[in-house]
Amino acid sequence: MSTIKSLEDLKKAREEALKKRELKATSGTVQVIVGMGTCGIAAGARDTMKSILDTIEKDSINGVIVTQTGCIGLCEKEPIVQVVIGEAAKVTYGKVTPEVAKTILIEHVGNGKVVTDHVVNI
Amino acid sequence: MRELSLHLLDIAENSISAKAKDITIEVIEDLRIDLLQLSVHDNGCGMPPEMAARVIDPFVTTRTTRKVGLGIPLLKEAAEMCNGSFELTSEVGIGTNILVKFQHSHIDRMPLGDITSTLLHLLVANPSVHWVFKYRFNDDEFLFDDEPVKAEIQDLPLSEPSILNCLREMLQSGIDGARALNVS
Repeated sequence: MSTIKSLEDLKKAREEALKKRELKATSGTVQVIVGMGTCGIAAGARDTMKSILDTIEKDSINGVIVTQTGCIGLCEKEPIVQVVIGEAAKVTYGKVTPEVAKTILIEHVGNGKVVTDHVVNI
Repeated sequence: MRELSLHLLDIAENSISAKAKDITIEVIEDLRIDLLQLSVHDNGCGMPPEMAARVIDPFVTTRTTRKVGLGIPLLKEAAEMCNGSFELTSEVGIGTNILVKFQHSHIDRMPLGDITSTLLHLLVANPSVHWVFKYRFNDDEFLFDDEPVKAEIQDLPLSEPSILNCLREMLQSGIDGARALNVS
């Protein structure tokens, strides 16, 4: 199956993304790290990550880098999501369901307010 | 795990931990020979023969946070429960290959599940890895190689909203396309 048509769509998507990045004033990079060890996957981390990517897509949130990490030893608190904004300290959230993930993106990443109810201390 | 696509995600994460630069994931559904086959091939650090033989033991793991590593033993058991097989080959400095087969129609064979999300998440969260995905349903194949895709996107992060949307659709439509041709 050829992906030539899709590569053109990708080109358009890139141009669209570039335009949006020019408009947005970046206040430091945002990194969202999702735990994807076997414990995380079994606890539903893929659905959590799906919720994060869906929220980014639907709410057009630019400038968020999403990465994965392995098991950090807090298996009973999985799914775990960590947020690092600019130079600030890493905040670790536990038992992050898809709904909580969405809240974290909107409140913490969007409005700068840590969602204290779900923070876990490593 | 409830879906085979979650097992695939788990095995691919092992390849990432092994510092692989090229990871190929292949899924074959061949109803004519009642086969569902998964494979993950990487060029990571590999394992010596003694370790390769031991990883199917749940109490063998390279992680330091816990003393158990359940990913491979659970997958092996899932395959064997479905008249299938599990094969792991590895060579230090070359890489590791895992090949798992299931009887497609077996009543205990868990669903393949949301393979698009598994592939999309691996792609987006690990941009420095060269990913190749192959999906074959009977004779119809979908191949996704991230090189031309990344060449097109250039320096932008894969998690930009419009790019995410496009990548997801490329993967989903490719897989659906291969399946659709076979729906009777």
